Amino acid sequence: MTEATHPMENILRMDRMPHIWCPGCGIGTAVTAFAMALEKAEIPLDNIAVVSGIGCTGRVAGYMKLDSFHTTHGRAIPFATGLKLANPELTVIVFSGDGDLIAIGGNHFIHAARRNVDINVFCLNNFNYAMTGGQSGPTTPEPAITTTSPYGAFEHPFSLPFLAEGSGAVYVSRWTALHIRRLTNSMTEALQKRGFSFVEIIAPCPTLYSRRNRLGDGLEELKYYHDQIVIDHEADTRELGIGFRDQIVVGNFVDRERPTFMDALNTRFTEVFGKKYEPYGKVAHENGN
Amino acid sequence: MKADPRGVKTGAHYLDGDHACAEGALAAGCRFFAGYPITPSTEVAERIASRFPLVGGVFIQMEDELASIAAVLGGSWGGKKSMTVTSGPGFSLMMENIGLGVMTETPCVVVNVQRGGPSTGLPTLPGQQDMMQARWGSHGDYEIIAIVPNSPQECFDLTIQAFNLSEKYRVPVLVMMDECVGHMTEKVVIPPAEEIEVFNRKLYDGPKDQYLPYEVDNTNGRVPLMAHAGDGYRFHVTGLTHDEKGYPVMNAEVQQECVSRLIDKINKNTDDIIQYEEEQITNADVVVVTYGISSRVSMRAIRLAREQGLNVGLFRLITAWPFPEKRIKQIAKKVKAFVMVELNLGQMVYELERCIAGKAKVKLAPHAGGWVHNPTDILKIIKEAAK
Repeated sequence: MTEATHPMENILRMDRMPHIWCPGCGIGTAVTAFAMALEKAEIPLDNIAVVSGIGCTGRVAGYMKLDSFHTTHGRAIPFATGLKLANPELTVIVFSGDGDLIAIGGNHFIHAARRNVDINVFCLNNFNYAMTGGQSGPTTPEPAITTTSPYGAFEHPFSLPFLAEGSGAVYVSRWTALHIRRLTNSMTEALQKRGFSFVEIIAPCPTLYSRRNRLGDGLEELKYYHDQIVIDHEADTRELGIGFRDQIVVGNFVDRERPTFMDALNTRFTEVFGKKYEPYGKVAHENGN
Repeated sequence: MKADPRGVKTGAHYLDGDHACAEGALAAGCRFFAGYPITPSTEVAERIASRFPLVGGVFIQMEDELASIAAVLGGSWGGKKSMTVTSGPGFSLMMENIGLGVMTETPCVVVNVQRGGPSTGLPTLPGQQDMMQARWGSHGDYEIIAIVPNSPQECFDLTIQAFNLSEKYRVPVLVMMDECVGHMTEKVVIPPAEEIEVFNRKLYDGPKDQYLPYEVDNTNGRVPLMAHAGDGYRFHVTGLTHDEKGYPVMNAEVQQECVSRLIDKINKNTDDIIQYEEEQITNADVVVVTYGISSRVSMRAIRLAREQGLNVGLFRLITAWPFPEKRIKQIAKKVKAFVMVELNLGQMVYELERCIAGKAKVKLAPHAGGWVHNPTDILKIIKEAAK
């Protein structure tokens, strides 16, 4: 009899299982899609680095059997920027949550997109700060109940694809934890795309967000996605705001070309210094990394 | 290991401390720099930005100091010697990630060209008011290395040393300059590359499946062997308390082990780390302890005191942290008094008092910053101390 093995044991740290995520949480599904995308993108696993910040999704890096960095709250993107610029041959993925990337780390998000640093940002949006017990955040829809919006959230939330496109991302998509196949494909495209790629993953948080808002369990949330999702790749990102229990538009919204930070740096210095300048990280670029 | 000649501008130059610091970084092999402009440190970043393209380095101006230090840590794990430069307000912003650097044992150099504080304070004028912040600014228990140059030449020499120490002990090393030293222009001699010793982090090269990123190698001064992202070891690094695999473990036993080693690797190697300069200590009645620009002003006061027949010695801190406790304790047995001269209202003096533990008198020559001491004010305190 052969011993049963996990199909992803080459890419997950099985010695760290069981993971910390709650039953019905969408992060596990998103990690599955991520692992499948890494396989589909056919990037050598030794050349991949995953960087997370802090929070429930911030724990993703720790479960990937890759070079993985669990950094400080909000600083995954600048850490990843340093990693990528120091070793341009790496494929660098930032996998973190909405609070980490868009609130405390929001400034880094817009500037990395503006510079078009060649990294992939996979942002799991569960509409609240889950690790700390379910507080409102920059994506909490009005008027959802959280521990810090006990009478209902009244701040206007960010639409992440709009923010990403407006800041300069070259690839922008949004999927949910229900759309495993499409999410996997989108993550694969993002990984293969040079420049700042952004994938938002809408995911259930049954323990905190759903419970406080009496929305049922994780499966109930997936039913909501099933019933209320509109797939529209052509959607205008200005119209992708998410209202409380409203329809959610998903799709691969943006796929465009713009010189990366490293391309622009090499172009500029070649113009100025001519042959004296040896283009930085040239080999990696030629390999389409 | 000798310096990479591409980064070494051999010759005699007329440079200010900020520019000399940048040249020191280049000579040490720094090839990744992330920073954010702040007076009076900006000239370091400017020189790096101008020099890096032709030496194979990458300079990036980040959106703030939080991003700068985070990028520096990432750059180091990507395999490049990395540095950032700042002043008080930016130093405050960097504190959390300096802690991440300590916890994850990331070699890097943080230069602080100190100005007067608190808050925005005196952007263009000197201070030495971040000395305790250098030691205690990030949360939690830890030890760190901080060195203090007192001339443009030392800004060059000690920046190289800062890199060497950070590579050797895998800890962020702080170069605590001040506005005066940063902006004073003097002769700086940059030796040929083959005369500059550089130390590069020790890398693991054993079997892939056996790599334990935080395994203590007792032959290596309690410093674990590093690997870079992309080397094929597929390791994990976290700011959480971790075991030798680098995996988070949330209990008191692993916390004790993890934090003690971070402290021990510095405290048990102080003989290798600590540097100071002494002058006429042997027969001194009073020893002036000072550092950075204050040490140069103190020299004038010491000479005036000697002219008046007093036996005054100088003890200049080159390494502020870890503090030269052992040597200070030896001196304390023989002298009547110490005078601490620093551009603040009392910081390093507390550490001096702790080490002396009542064995000799301690007097502070304070200054709120914004200018340097008047040597006659220091002289007055030396005379009081000598009584």
